[in-house]
Amino acid sequence: MSSAEPLMEVRDLQKHFSLTRGVVRARKAGAVKAVDGVSFEVLKGETLGIVGETGCGKSTTARLMMRLLEPTAGTVRFEGEDITHLKGGKLKTVRRELQMVFQDPYSSLNPRKTVGSIVGEPFAIHGLYGDRGERRGKVKELMDTVGLNPEHYNRYPHEFSGGQRQRIGVARALALGPKLLIADEPVSALDVSIQAQVLNLLRECQREMGLTLVLISHDLSVVRHMCDRVAVMYEGKIVELAENEALYGEPKHPYTKKLLAAVPGSRRRAA
Amino acid sequence: MSTHGDPPLLRVEDLRVEFPTEDGVVKAVDGITYEVGRGRTLGVVGESGSGKSVAAMTVLGLTRAQGAKISGRVIFEGVDLLKLDEVALRQIRGNEIAMVFQDPSTALHPLYKVGAQIVEAVRAHQDVTKAQARARTIELLGLVGIPDPDRRVDDYPHEFSGGMKQRAMIAMALANEPKLLIADEPTTALDVTVQAQILALLERLRGELGMAIVIVTHDMGVVAEMADEIAVMYAGRIVEMAATERLLSRPEHPYTWGLLRSIPKLDGPRAERLEPIKGSPPSLIDPPSGCHFHPRCEYARPEHARIDPELRPLPDDPSHSVACLLEPKERRKLWGEST
Repeated sequence: MSSAEPLMEVRDLQKHFSLTRGVVRARKAGAVKAVDGVSFEVLKGETLGIVGETGCGKSTTARLMMRLLEPTAGTVRFEGEDITHLKGGKLKTVRRELQMVFQDPYSSLNPRKTVGSIVGEPFAIHGLYGDRGERRGKVKELMDTVGLNPEHYNRYPHEFSGGQRQRIGVARALALGPKLLIADEPVSALDVSIQAQVLNLLRECQREMGLTLVLISHDLSVVRHMCDRVAVMYEGKIVELAENEALYGEPKHPYTKKLLAAVPGSRRRAA
Repeated sequence: MSTHGDPPLLRVEDLRVEFPTEDGVVKAVDGITYEVGRGRTLGVVGESGSGKSVAAMTVLGLTRAQGAKISGRVIFEGVDLLKLDEVALRQIRGNEIAMVFQDPSTALHPLYKVGAQIVEAVRAHQDVTKAQARARTIELLGLVGIPDPDRRVDDYPHEFSGGMKQRAMIAMALANEPKLLIADEPTTALDVTVQAQILALLERLRGELGMAIVIVTHDMGVVAEMADEIAVMYAGRIVEMAATERLLSRPEHPYTWGLLRSIPKLDGPRAERLEPIKGSPPSLIDPPSGCHFHPRCEYARPEHARIDPELRPLPDDPSHSVACLLEPKERRKLWGEST
């Protein structure tokens, strides 16, 4: 994997959320350093895991990579191009290449839209497949890819189970044929027997479409299963980044060791 | 499961809980039987909708207000709790049996100080002065590892982190040194390092106070670490029950196999694919005929759609029971092949 070229490069990325006090004349009272200077590369075709606990800045990092948040400092380069400050049409073009799957399949799908229009919305936004029949065909193809019955085109999200909803979210993310897919806790809201279905789906899509995947999770076992390289975040910083086997086999940073030891059942394994 | 001759602390017998709804009767708990001995820990595992939480809440009479139709027996120290009225039950709830719920952020009243809420729990069951109750509260907060308890006792819930709130809930549950603690997903909302602390705390308190624990969770790792015995629930029933080591090393039910196989592991070789359980959990209004698991079971035969298996002890180990229609020999072969 080390010979592969980077698809995305993140350098000294920072995001500080300022805290204000007072309502009428708000004044700055400090800042939360959600992401405090992280640098890493996402290599073409790999799966990079970002693990850490609540508040470590992993989701903020994902949103900065997606350009959903403006960084306080630092740069994000995609295919060599600095996209940190892109605006308007240029940003929209880059966004076709970067897609995201969200954690909660219950709140990330508009309950008043049919599956067909949710999955087809990226086409509408980017003015693709203007012909209705063609768009419908394309959406059905995507639904089939992610293991949804294309005949359910006109159904609403509430008619689907949690696992199926997450498939809808994956289909929407794949619609524009992105190069980089960022999945932020894609299975943590799902039942254990369903988690495996969605993880297998993500891996199949990646293999078949040559996607690069960034998987953000608090679940160390899920990350171990899925990822080639793993970054461990703590208090806005990456404390360790290593190949999968190295990180799980010989964790170097004390925080990584502490995280691994905390996974329930690890004491029994050690015994 | 009491290992010696003495009666168990809690015996749940053929418990059924049904909720009438507009769409039909939901059979949330469909005839479950288990025992918990003094100082023992029973882990109840299952996915959402398996009835594990409803069963736990019913032990404390907490589903009565929701119009549930309840039958069976819940014998705690020789008394059938289902026969007690609300007043009598309140004497036991929070006193002899306490409960910790999943979401610590909604279980505490946001407008009352944390300490005041624990003081209330102490004074509900003990005839003590306010000052004594406050002293006890500070002691409890210290016991569950809240730093600087004599200062934090006057904090409001929003001043506590998630892990601290869950500790406060445990402190409240322990206020009257219960003989049985029912913990429903006590660590699900928490980070792994905090989860590890809470589980270690429960383990330590069990040792110090000799209390029995029923821990309800979807996390096999949590029960593997905590429980002496594990009961696996599916569609309102217990489908397999055994001592923890035995259940993890020699599981007999295809659903248990599915659960164990579908979870990615922290050790051993990495598989290219996980083996998910096909399909999704069944409706409890109109559960599948015969063996409830048959539509998702890869070993199901046509007759399994007709015959409803009973939870039966295994001939070679009566403490290990399973509700499966496959022959024991065949099951052993199937599980042996997959490992």
